[in-house]
Amino acid sequence: MPWWRITKKNADLDRELRSDLELEEEEQRERGLSSKEARYAAVRAFGNTTLIREQTQATWSWSWLESFAGDLKYGFRGMRRNVGSTVFAILIAGLGIGGASTVFSVVNALLLRPLPFRDPGQLVWISNGENYSTQTEHYADLRDQNQSFSDLAGWSGTYSSGDRELTGTGEPERLTSVPVTGNFFPLLGVAPAIGRSFTRDETEGKYSAPPAMLLSYSFWRRRFHSDPAVVGQKLTLDNQPVMIVGVLPASFDFAGVFAPGTPIDIFVPWPLKDDTKPHGNTMSIIGRLKPGATVQSAQAELTVLAKRLESQHPDRNPVFPRLVPLERHVSGQVRPALLVLMCAVGVVMLIVCANLSHLQLARMGTRQKEMAVRSALGAGRYRLLRQVLTESIALSCCGAALGLLLAVAGTRGLAHLSAFNLPLLASVRVDGSTLAFTLLAAIASGVLFGLAPALQITAHNLREGLQDAGRESSAGTRHGWFGDGLVVSQYALACVLLVGAALLMQSFLRVLDVNLGFRPEHAASLRIDPGFKIPSQAQQNSFIDDALHRARAVPGITAAGISDVLPLDGDRGWQVGAQGQVYDKDHHPEAFIRIVSDGYFEALGIALKSGRAFTEGDRASSEPVVMVNETLARTLWPGQNAVGQIVTQDGGRKVVGVVADVHHGGPESSGGSEMYLPMRQTGDYAAMRLVVRTALPPDSLAAGIRTGLRPLDPNLPVTEFQTLQGLVDKVVSPRRFLVMLLSGFAGFALLLASLGIYALISYSVNERTKEIGIRMALGANSGVVLRGVLATTLRLALAGVALGTLASFALSKWLESLLFGTTPANPAVFSGVALLLCAVALAAAYLPARRASRIEPLQALRTE
Amino acid sequence: MSSMAKQTQQQQRTGLLQGTLDMLILRTLLYGPAHGHQIGKHIQRTTNEFLQMQHGSLYPALHRLEERGWVVSKWETAPDRNREFKYYRLTDKGKKQLVVEESQWKQMAEAVARVMWPAAEES
Repeated sequence: MPWWRITKKNADLDRELRSDLELEEEEQRERGLSSKEARYAAVRAFGNTTLIREQTQATWSWSWLESFAGDLKYGFRGMRRNVGSTVFAILIAGLGIGGASTVFSVVNALLLRPLPFRDPGQLVWISNGENYSTQTEHYADLRDQNQSFSDLAGWSGTYSSGDRELTGTGEPERLTSVPVTGNFFPLLGVAPAIGRSFTRDETEGKYSAPPAMLLSYSFWRRRFHSDPAVVGQKLTLDNQPVMIVGVLPASFDFAGVFAPGTPIDIFVPWPLKDDTKPHGNTMSIIGRLKPGATVQSAQAELTVLAKRLESQHPDRNPVFPRLVPLERHVSGQVRPALLVLMCAVGVVMLIVCANLSHLQLARMGTRQKEMAVRSALGAGRYRLLRQVLTESIALSCCGAALGLLLAVAGTRGLAHLSAFNLPLLASVRVDGSTLAFTLLAAIASGVLFGLAPALQITAHNLREGLQDAGRESSAGTRHGWFGDGLVVSQYALACVLLVGAALLMQSFLRVLDVNLGFRPEHAASLRIDPGFKIPSQAQQNSFIDDALHRARAVPGITAAGISDVLPLDGDRGWQVGAQGQVYDKDHHPEAFIRIVSDGYFEALGIALKSGRAFTEGDRASSEPVVMVNETLARTLWPGQNAVGQIVTQDGGRKVVGVVADVHHGGPESSGGSEMYLPMRQTGDYAAMRLVVRTALPPDSLAAGIRTGLRPLDPNLPVTEFQTLQGLVDKVVSPRRFLVMLLSGFAGFALLLASLGIYALISYSVNERTKEIGIRMALGANSGVVLRGVLATTLRLALAGVALGTLASFALSKWLESLLFGTTPANPAVFSGVALLLCAVALAAAYLPARRASRIEPLQALRTE
Repeated sequence: MSSMAKQTQQQQRTGLLQGTLDMLILRTLLYGPAHGHQIGKHIQRTTNEFLQMQHGSLYPALHRLEERGWVVSKWETAPDRNREFKYYRLTDKGKKQLVVEESQWKQMAEAVARVMWPAAEES
């Protein structure tokens, strides 16, 4: 029934009741009663008109909604009456729900939402062994000979940021390009938003001079202001004209899925048949399963296939295809951390509910009389329960509105954390499912924190409520065990969170403490690849000499060298062997290859362990030399001195020096074997990165380097000035992210728990004013009272801490995979958290305890 | 009088009314249109004041009957007083309903009577 008809019916009913009542009155008067007596008699005969009206209105179908609106109105009136505690309740509910919704958005984007590709469930990540790339020759054979996949596609894993130089129109700029196979976009089901994908001809050109490129949406928007007319134009890339054939859609976030933290500007075709492309394990492969094929069956097939390929082509690198569903590959690493965050948020919400429950109970305490009166006037228990629950849900919904604002701000902030290499972070936002989650959280928490006080308040016997409401004493006992329970559980939950946060914080500090093998502080790097093509090795070497001399002349620079790859950034691996050794094919030593100039080790701060480092004298004309790290030296020549030995590389290179291991994969993984080749003796590298060590803050160097190097190449863009510390920060950022959020939650939990204990103790001191007054009148001094209150507090806190410690002990095993350099059952962490909690509890209880100890016996007794 | 005893008496009087109030109202309206007050008074008088009319049941019942289409209402001026009252009138549907309820009530009353006074039937 629509509301206007209800309004009309209500008016009609009013009129009917009034006219009938008047008639009754008239009849009474006609019987000879005075008009006043007649009115009373009529009302007596009629009964409670309000009740009659309500009961009649209840026959109309919308009545429940109306009474709901009434409850709401009543609830809001109640909130207004008690502004302070309402604001406080909304604030903590808002913070709790805001945190929960933000974390849910992250979980939704990273774990729940499907990847932004066609049928993402069919996509499989195929790595070589644990996490290496595959040779393109193997890729071609695997693609042609397998039965499980409808297609395999790949991209070059050797790309690195700033690979290509854009000159010509506008500011020169270094672009990050990814070479992809021609079928890469069709396989993912991604069609360009404008233009087309690569043609077959375009995928068979030259590696160094791609004929066509696709722009990423963000680059197109940034550089060309979303101008669709750029499609079809040619840009100058590394001094070669390259045609823009299309723009990829905004939804395609290559970096977000495959290379978190490295924004990609353009995609170029990867000519697999061109021999000038980089050699070795360079390709990252994804495949689309045929309908009906499973990852297990495909794994079995590719394993057999790879064995056959290896025996057919002994000249190639070994290949061990390892299949993982793409979704797991993308988010698998962050999954445990996200699960921990989700649990943390759940715990925070429980604490929020416990806190609000206690608050609500205190508010209800003052309304006992009101409830008793209402029930005396005929309100049933169910009706009162509904009223109280409506109020608490209204409160939590107000909190949810605030929480939603926080979540919107929070997700915006997270989505722009480009320095964090977490997958899909840019797609974190508040969407429909977040809204649904927030609403659900609001209602669930409203019921959760409202139910217990509602049950308690409505359980009272009516008469008792009416008589009792004025007195202070007996409410306390009823409220007592429940309030104590709430505080103890808040403390236990906060303890669990604090232990978790402390363990992860400790791990994070341990990670930061790891000796990376190089010193990132005061080191910075810059791409200096010449914008022109270097025709000969002699010219290449004079370019290197020139660049190094100029860089070393810049004031503030203490060392400079050139490298093709930086630590923590990119990998290229080759098989290596000691001369005269025969290796089992399946266990052939492999090493990461770094092409470096003299000065590199000094600039990065990598320690020389024995022999000498490269010098300017190691050139094309001199003896072929090589340097190895300690792991490779141990692997190839166990128990011997590596210096002076010969590796099989390039027909034999002499080892001149051994350097310390570098954690190239990040602080948490060990380095592995590394081999360094002198840059002046090879041309097989994809980038030239100047690495400098400076006495000044690295950021202040950019301008000096720009002027210093300008004569080398007037187009040299110096935007890509990168500090090594920034590189390290990026690698540890997922851990920092987790620690940041978790510490935030733990801090919030601690605050709530201490507020809870403060509220409980204040309340009980208020309740016991008279009792304390009597005790003091009987001779207890203020010290005894103070100690008594603090002892009660400590008992509660210890109970909570004991429970919490047990729970953390059971739960911390879950954290094991996220810990580094510490154990789940770390006694220092557990005792530290316990001490902190007790100290905070005592601090929170101190104020009310002092108030108790200052009670004037006379005054306290007089208040009764 | 203790509140307990009072309550019991009330229940005795109205308990009968619960299921049959609709029927009594419909039957009352068979004489012609009437307003709420008249209906209540009529039932009370006819039962020799045994059925104290509870207004809290009467008005919801009237509106329930109207909702179901058994009665219709209209504001009309009373012949003896110069004021408008809300008059309820039995519809055809209401008349049919009255027949149904009456027969149900009869069956019920007979069934109860057979249990209560078995001898009376034999004689």
